[in-house]
Amino acid sequence: MAQMTMIQAITDALRTELKNDENVMVFGEDVGKNGGVFRATEGLQAEFGEDRVFDTPLAESAIGGMAVGLAIEGFRPVPEIQFFGFVYEVMDAISGQLARLRYRSGGTQSAPVTIRAPFGGGVHTPELHADSLEGLMAQQPGLKVVIPSNPYDAKGLLISAIRDNDPVIYLEHMKLYRSFREEVPEEEYTVELGKAAVKREGTDVTLIAYGAMVQASLKAAEELEKNNVSAEVIDLRTVSPIDLDTVLASVKKTGRVVVVQEAQRQAGIAAHLISEIQERAILHLEAPVMRVAAPDTVFAFSQAEEVWLPNHNDIVEKANEVINF
Amino acid sequence: MKRTLEGIEEQFEMLQILNENGEVVNEEALPDLSDEELKELMHRMVYTRILDQRSIALNRQGRLGFYAPTAGQEASQLGTHFALEKEDFILPGYRDVPQLIWHGLPLYQAFLFSRGHFHGNQFPEGVNALSPQIIIGAQYTQAAGVALGMKRRGKKSVAITYTGDGGTSEGDFYEGMNFAAVYDAPAIFVVQNNHFAISVPREKQTKAKTLAQKAVAVGIPGIQVDGMDVLAVYAATKQARERAINGEGPTLIETLTYRYGPHTMAGDDPTRYRTEEMDTEWERQDPLVRFRKYLEAKGLWSEEEENKVIDQAKEEIKAAIKDADNYPKMKVSDLINNMYEVLPSNLEEQLEVYKEKESK
Repeated sequence: MAQMTMIQAITDALRTELKNDENVMVFGEDVGKNGGVFRATEGLQAEFGEDRVFDTPLAESAIGGMAVGLAIEGFRPVPEIQFFGFVYEVMDAISGQLARLRYRSGGTQSAPVTIRAPFGGGVHTPELHADSLEGLMAQQPGLKVVIPSNPYDAKGLLISAIRDNDPVIYLEHMKLYRSFREEVPEEEYTVELGKAAVKREGTDVTLIAYGAMVQASLKAAEELEKNNVSAEVIDLRTVSPIDLDTVLASVKKTGRVVVVQEAQRQAGIAAHLISEIQERAILHLEAPVMRVAAPDTVFAFSQAEEVWLPNHNDIVEKANEVINF
Repeated sequence: MKRTLEGIEEQFEMLQILNENGEVVNEEALPDLSDEELKELMHRMVYTRILDQRSIALNRQGRLGFYAPTAGQEASQLGTHFALEKEDFILPGYRDVPQLIWHGLPLYQAFLFSRGHFHGNQFPEGVNALSPQIIIGAQYTQAAGVALGMKRRGKKSVAITYTGDGGTSEGDFYEGMNFAAVYDAPAIFVVQNNHFAISVPREKQTKAKTLAQKAVAVGIPGIQVDGMDVLAVYAATKQARERAINGEGPTLIETLTYRYGPHTMAGDDPTRYRTEEMDTEWERQDPLVRFRKYLEAKGLWSEEEENKVIDQAKEEIKAAIKDADNYPKMKVSDLINNMYEVLPSNLEEQLEVYKEKESK
């Protein structure tokens, strides 16, 4: 086993699948010689050649469109969108095309494409780099949306995503890229898409999160522990489809729930999850299901970013509200 | 130094081989087609004209659904297609159903596409094509991908894609050509310039004198051809295909053509934006009339032969409509089943709901 950061685990997953399957192709802006702006594809062009790991012209829509075409020719494209805030330039290729290929062709074609992109606050980027747009993606039937919260999952989920025969949006929180290391097996392994993980067991309140908010929720759980509140922390890992079984089992155990997301409050993953919980488990609830989320503005310019982003204190506060309801 | 566009625009003089009287005006460019092939080309154009007439009639009777008329564009559609091989891949726009049919799509499936049934898009094995694209320009970026994939596989085939004059204003039009050009991918980009994007005239799409010259921006050859002259369209496409499979990269072909009918049968009224004089002028250049004259002069075509094609077309259309009528109606459960390879639990639940609803 090796100690890896999340970015190293991602590179390792790409290398594993480039080795495993000659149909895997990695491409995007600066992913070739430069190894990606975050070095996610570091060394891959040198190892696998320019036919399989290559730079594209600077045009997101055509990166997506080309992925559709390559998938039709039987390849397994893994394009990178340099920052997920640029996704608006490639929305048709994703939602209008990739997500619909299987349905449109009555199951005769598929789009085994994994679109990777960095996103997430806390790193003081210019505008339209950090936005949490997973809710937008989750609203599109035909896609799967995956967001790892740690190096181990990052590798296993990315390998699963690449092997999946449907399009997967794989979102990498920039703050997590190099914030910590953990043991990551050097051999190949998968983490199943659509399965949440119980990161910490507890009995009084359930904190449900994904991406960077998993770390914040774990920190909040430690704080709560000091006041003898036992918090269970669930990492969704895949936000579409959502693993309701794991969520509901925890809800039924604790009866109190806070859903945490870095994205704005309105119409997001948390809103969807809360409505599923109340439809399916209202008689198990001791209090309303609460949300920790960013305000309903566009993502903050960097000077206001720290306050704008939800943090572990917000989670503790909301958990106490639910506990004391 | 004074810089002008003229030098560039002069290079895009329209290629014509047959004039409107069916006379060869460009012997040098005349493609090498056997008598049988020439007759087959005429057969397809006549057949497709009849298909268009029948489709419009069926639509008016409420028996077809979505339909984008094709009359006037036969030379552009079938001339480009005739230069292809079975292994070539077509990425059509929504008016390009004839190319799909001549590439092997059964007629009843084309009708099911019009009627909004997913089986219309379940192409049989060996029909190398996507179903008609609705988003203008998206197919141009996809063609770059298909073509690059063919190149990586070492195939000797091409991806051909179609859009219209309006499509050339889309960013995807440029992006798709640019990607294919950078990778020298074997793609053929066709613009059927029928002079109107629904109602907006060609002059309001771009200040460029020709659409073919847009190839210059991405460093590939562009050619403007008489889109009512099937031999010119065929010759240009044939050459583009040869370049592509020889590893020389993509080509842009602009065909000057005209759709006689409305944009689609969903309420478009061309008299709001076109004059009768204009319609008449283009009908005078009709691709079938012109090619018929050429073939008749060579002793290759007769009224009798034409009537045989017309009868055959009518017969086959009738049978295909019957097959489409008899095909089981599409269900929501079919749709749910085709969203993912393995259904997630939310759709599994919803599938049960719709199976129940649809069993009643």
